[in-house]
Amino acid sequence: MAEVLVYVDHVDGAVRKPTLELLTLARRIGEPIAVALGSGAEATAATLAEHGAVKILTADAPEFADYLVVPKVDALQAAYEAASAGGSLAAVLVPSSAEGKEIAARLAVRIGSGIITDAVDLEAGDGGPVATQSAFAAAFTTRSRVSKGTPVVTVKPNSAPVEAAPAAGAVEALNVVFGEKATGTKVVSRTPRESTGRPELTEAAIVVSGGRGVNGAENFSVIEALADSLGAAVGASRAAVDAGWYPHSHQVGQTGKSVSPQLYIASGISGAIQHRAGMQTSKTIVAVNKDPEAPIFDLVDYGVVGDLFEVVPQLTDEIKARKG
Amino acid sequence: MSLRIVVCVKYVPDATGDRHFADDLTVDRDDVDGLLSELDEYAVEQALQIAEEADGAEITVLTVGPEDAKDALRKALSMGADKAVHVEDDDLHGTDVMGTSLVLAKAIEKTGYDVVLCGMASTDGVMGVLPAILAERLGVPQVTLLSEVSVEEGTVKGRRDGDTASEWLEAALPAVVSVTDQSGEARYPSFKGIMAAKKKPVESLDLSDLGIEAEEVGLEGAWSAVDSAAERPARTAGTIVKDEGEGGKQLAEYLAGQKFI
Repeated sequence: MAEVLVYVDHVDGAVRKPTLELLTLARRIGEPIAVALGSGAEATAATLAEHGAVKILTADAPEFADYLVVPKVDALQAAYEAASAGGSLAAVLVPSSAEGKEIAARLAVRIGSGIITDAVDLEAGDGGPVATQSAFAAAFTTRSRVSKGTPVVTVKPNSAPVEAAPAAGAVEALNVVFGEKATGTKVVSRTPRESTGRPELTEAAIVVSGGRGVNGAENFSVIEALADSLGAAVGASRAAVDAGWYPHSHQVGQTGKSVSPQLYIASGISGAIQHRAGMQTSKTIVAVNKDPEAPIFDLVDYGVVGDLFEVVPQLTDEIKARKG
Repeated sequence: MSLRIVVCVKYVPDATGDRHFADDLTVDRDDVDGLLSELDEYAVEQALQIAEEADGAEITVLTVGPEDAKDALRKALSMGADKAVHVEDDDLHGTDVMGTSLVLAKAIEKTGYDVVLCGMASTDGVMGVLPAILAERLGVPQVTLLSEVSVEEGTVKGRRDGDTASEWLEAALPAVVSVTDQSGEARYPSFKGIMAAKKKPVESLDLSDLGIEAEEVGLEGAWSAVDSAAERPARTAGTIVKDEGEGGKQLAEYLAGQKFI
């Protein structure tokens, strides 16, 4: 059976959800071989095996943390060479994080393969895997495939369900020899992002976002309270981020994160193209805005025309009451 | 010696226009007005700021694209770049990121460089991988997705804000750098800048000038293919209510009905 390399995104051995979604997609094409790098790589094995990895290739070295991107490309290339020696490697799948896309792209150049980024679905096809992508601020859906080499595909979070599919999950050490370019860009220092205790924005099932209408950093507590009542992540429009009311890491839109949750609640967001690009593939969309003409109302399943400072706290209280 | 900065820019269809695909499933560039990709303005801005701090610098803006792409170069020149290079060739139609990066890399090498500056992504394809591929092709350090950048004494430094951490990066020149929309608002061209741009040199190159064969680029030379493109069905009209004092409760009722509560 064909094999599929899956690049593992993990934090000190804790596998992030998009990687488990990748395993679901990989199993449609072949047997997943996971590649886990850096501190805690071996600790990923149990979770990966539970979700279908037949083999887990691991490597740890200081270079992975001390230098940008290239050491990981060297390692993924070593895994590619080891896996393709068998002659039946069907694809290389990588989570569509900023770093994941860079790793995938550099690997693709090195191995002479085409690349597809930000797939939202993937299935087996006669001429190799077929990827679904969103284009032009999600106004279009395209189906694409790689026409040269072993397909390298990066996949967005929330593109497939996480499925239990127990497999052997044999751990093997990956032998990596770093090239001379591996140490080109030094990571001089690293400041971990402070945890908010809320779900990761791109992975969350529910996202509650605030925009220009929130009118001040201090008022974002209204958005956060609603998010917490639903166990949701908090997002912000570019207007709110540019005004300095909420951190850029929470920006939803063309130049921020693109999210596709089960439920998206937009508060005080007009719905400009820049924002729509990042959220209009959400399953259910709800908006609160005082302007009945706001373009966001063209997208919604349910909309309330009104003052968010009246509507949102009432909604939060009602949710809390119903949840007891 | 003066610092040689090459800024890669893209001429893209206006994102506020009705963008769509042409019959051959490439991005339609005829029916929607084009402009300098907004995200590349940030790269031009940082190039100008780096040049202002440097002891002598020359900024070249580089684009690959059809005749109209000159508009993007003019905009960058009017912001303050010194000269431009335009790679234009009929055989380039339909080129994918692999082909584009090959053309850019050859043109960058021909121009000569210490710093290559790019935006974080184009606003049409939005892949965001071209800077990394350029670094791979040029064999120089990749210092990408910076929200803050400086160049001093042959070293580029900057801050990269990732999903889980902010990192301070450092690399020796020459290097490929990309900057985000958090790096600093791009300046507007002044009237003087617009007038001056008309006299700045724009060099035109074709594939043969760069030693690239037609088969290596274009739709046929692409390493990936789009098989179909369909407009996303319009979302069915939702329920809109006006808040008369019970809006929050009505919304809760809707969410409960959808099993979100």
